[in-house]
Amino acid sequence: MDIYLLEAIINGLLLGGVLALLSLGLNLIFGVIDVVWICYAEVVMAAMYAVFWLYTFYGWPLLLACAAAIVFATVLGLLVHIVVIEPILGSAPINQLLATGGVLFFLQSLATLLFGTDFRNLGIRLPVLELGGIFISFSRLIAFGIALVGAVGLFLFLSRTYLGTAVRAIAQDREVMGLMGVNERRIYVLTSAIGSGLAGLAACLLVLQYDVHPFIGLTFGPITFMVCVLGGLGNMIGGFIAAFIISQIIAVGGYYFPIEAAEVLAFVFFIVLILIRPQGILGK
Amino acid sequence: MRGGRDTRLLLYLPLAAAAAAPFFLSDYFQHMAVQIAIWSLVYTAWALMGRFRLTSLGHGAFLGVGAYVPTLLWNNYGVTPWLGIPLAMALAIALALIVGYPSSRQKVVGHYFALVTLALGQVVLLVIVAMRDVTGGSLGMTPHTVGHSWYALQLPNKAEFYAVALVAWLAGLVAWRYVERGMIRLALESIAEDEDAAESAGVDVLREKLKITAVSSGLTALGGALYAQYLMYLSPDAMSGVGISLQIVFAAIAGGMYNMLGPTIGAAFTILLTEGLRVLFGTHFVGAANTIYGALLVIFIIFMPRGIVGLAERILARPRVPPAPAAPEPAE
Repeated sequence: MDIYLLEAIINGLLLGGVLALLSLGLNLIFGVIDVVWICYAEVVMAAMYAVFWLYTFYGWPLLLACAAAIVFATVLGLLVHIVVIEPILGSAPINQLLATGGVLFFLQSLATLLFGTDFRNLGIRLPVLELGGIFISFSRLIAFGIALVGAVGLFLFLSRTYLGTAVRAIAQDREVMGLMGVNERRIYVLTSAIGSGLAGLAACLLVLQYDVHPFIGLTFGPITFMVCVLGGLGNMIGGFIAAFIISQIIAVGGYYFPIEAAEVLAFVFFIVLILIRPQGILGK
Repeated sequence: MRGGRDTRLLLYLPLAAAAAAPFFLSDYFQHMAVQIAIWSLVYTAWALMGRFRLTSLGHGAFLGVGAYVPTLLWNNYGVTPWLGIPLAMALAIALALIVGYPSSRQKVVGHYFALVTLALGQVVLLVIVAMRDVTGGSLGMTPHTVGHSWYALQLPNKAEFYAVALVAWLAGLVAWRYVERGMIRLALESIAEDEDAAESAGVDVLREKLKITAVSSGLTALGGALYAQYLMYLSPDAMSGVGISLQIVFAAIAGGMYNMLGPTIGAAFTILLTEGLRVLFGTHFVGAANTIYGALLVIFIIFMPRGIVGLAERILARPRVPPAPAAPEPAE
């Protein structure tokens, strides 16, 4: 096999890890609360700025800045849930989606207002590994590893803890669980916190690889939605698999075509598949 | 009957006056008016689908096709926009039907419909960027200018362009009225309420959905074409993609998507708000307008999902009609 193709495949795999992490949080929120956060990628963007400012401007150690950014994303997510989602939990789901779209505009424009449209990066150059002629970005490798750890952590939380069980139960049957004495509202708040915390984690990993600017959410937000829908909205395992399918299409497509063409390919694949199987690849 | 006609006159006379006023005002106001007319058309087109719970987050796709196709034809082959625009509308409709047909067949609704259309908008954006050899990519492009020419639909005289935009806007309202008065509204409302029930009652769900999709996408492409001809500058982010698609949705909702004039009021509201904030804050605060805009949208959707028109209707209706006893809320 062509060594550059192999490199593309490996890089696609690594990209898939981050996409998987992004889709986990969104899927969790959708599965439990039945809301699509159109502004999910903007929460990530905000957390990326948090890392950037704390690290470069205030001189915090990177790990501490990342931890603070995760807390920041969590608080932001809680605000989104409590201020925007909760008042309209009873109305049509599409209204909730649109309301978070308003949040998208708000965060994006606020970032423009505060920071301008400059592209900013941490200025950290992580080494590039060479393995038998294949070049692998170290930051991507770290991102992949942490994404996997995050996914496993979420899985253990959902399957092994009492609260996690309650979260899964709500996702399965909203009404009955209320009757069984589970406080839905509390579970919703918890879910939003975890989901946005994962967005914060993803932000820490993305900021190592990409410049941050107010509109970065628009570049990988749509890909995240695509991954979630492809896996079956709310289906976390499906989303996980879909993340790797999409990232491979983009990476391998990018090897043969210009990168936009590769992304077009991924979106077209998505549209076609969703029109054949609206329930997603793992849906019933 | 006579009373009804009188109140209607009372409503339409000021409207006609407002629509005619820019002809007598300065360039600046004509510029505002052209933008309001064009975007009103686009928002009206979106609301034609949105009001029946076909919430598209991908109308930027049709806007982009409408903007780029006539310009590309003009620049590369010298085809007049009078031919290019209908062609672009036909292409947009074809694109809408290619996605609309299977998604109606597979009953892709709600979140899924929103996200599939969002992907469609992104596809058009990326295609425009990828074809940078002819479209200029992210940098945008300009139609070859020939000065004042009706043949090229290049009208530096704002009043003339306003007349064109006004006709297009009226076309949107006519389409709305046709839908409002026809069987198609009843059919689509029943589909929005319960698709299976509508189908079993004999509604041709697929056909009705595709009809409204075609009208909506075609008119959106017309709006995109006019906007490009007016600005004489096209860029992928301004004409396509998620950002503009969401802007369309929100302006339509802010105005009120269940009323013929709602989207128009949404256009006037958002454009005047943006302009007002620009005058107020200056260009130092790029984003100030949109920040307030975003916050307002959240407030609109939470507190007044029927938009400005819905609020006005409620206030106007209050003195005459006592609170209806548990009247079923219309679909929102």
